[in-house]
Amino acid sequence: MSDEQLVGIVLVSHSAEVAASVAELAKGLAGGGPAVPVAPAGGTEGGGLGTSAELIAAAAASVDRGAGVAVLTDLGSAVLTVKALLAEGDELPERTRLVDAPFVEGAVAAVVTASTGADLAAVEAAATEAYSYRKV
Amino acid sequence: MLDADFFRRWMTATAASVDREAERLTALDSPIGDADHGSNLQRGFTAVAAALDKEAPGTPGGVLILAGRQLISTVGGASGPLYGTLLRRTGKALGDAGEVSAEQLAEALRAGVDAVMTLGGAAPGDATMIDALVPAVDALGDSFTAARTAAEEGAVATTPLQARKGRASYVGERSIGHQDPGATSAALLIAALAEAAGE
Repeated sequence: MSDEQLVGIVLVSHSAEVAASVAELAKGLAGGGPAVPVAPAGGTEGGGLGTSAELIAAAAASVDRGAGVAVLTDLGSAVLTVKALLAEGDELPERTRLVDAPFVEGAVAAVVTASTGADLAAVEAAATEAYSYRKV
Repeated sequence: MLDADFFRRWMTATAASVDREAERLTALDSPIGDADHGSNLQRGFTAVAAALDKEAPGTPGGVLILAGRQLISTVGGASGPLYGTLLRRTGKALGDAGEVSAEQLAEALRAGVDAVMTLGGAAPGDATMIDALVPAVDALGDSFTAARTAAEEGAVATTPLQARKGRASYVGERSIGHQDPGATSAALLIAALAEAAGE
């Protein structure tokens, strides 16, 4: 698989800072492999706390390389907005999937896995598996 | 029969009512939520009214689909995708008929409410908008006024319930004794429907 066909990752948080920082963290921990397209979609368009359908749609379009887009969210309206956009049918790139995963750990797992050239299903599985990393 | 004009009146009446009640909705959202329900819905329905003014869809389904799309993109909180899905799914169920009967509207609204339950995972008794909407749809077969009364009673009946969905569920038993803001705004939506019908 060529570098142009890596799975894209969108990180949706109620906070612009959280989304951007988690994106930086995940990219940083992915190391020196091919650069995975990662886009944060945090907060409202006005810069407040919340969720913006427009920012999500723009972020998804910006990371779509044709291999699919994995969307990770924090909670509440972030989850519901992505689900509603997916239900619309034409708002997000084809093969966009809401991934059920913890936000930070899942983002790291998704970006690292995507950097290996893995397909969307493998990226999704890796992110979801992050739920099972017990800390105690 | 109900035409596109009726549905536009429903949406503008909702916008006006949300405008009037925004402070009360936000006050209800303060002890158990993040105190933004009124302002979020106000922003959303203002955008709905503006979009309907500009585009003026010619069918009942077209009006609701456009309104739902506006809510999903402008509200910024969970009520956006929830109300957006309610209106869009109801609109889609109405198809492209130029006029619909009250029975067809009741049936379509039921499909919309089902879609909201699927999206949010809430069931009756969880202290959400569903507790106003389900009784309203059940009563819509009788009259718009009956639906309004049922929605208002459903909203009031959330007060002794413990919230089981959304931000309010995090405060656990402390949500008991508070009327749910989402059920309250859902009752405004149904009251506006009766208003559009001239009842």
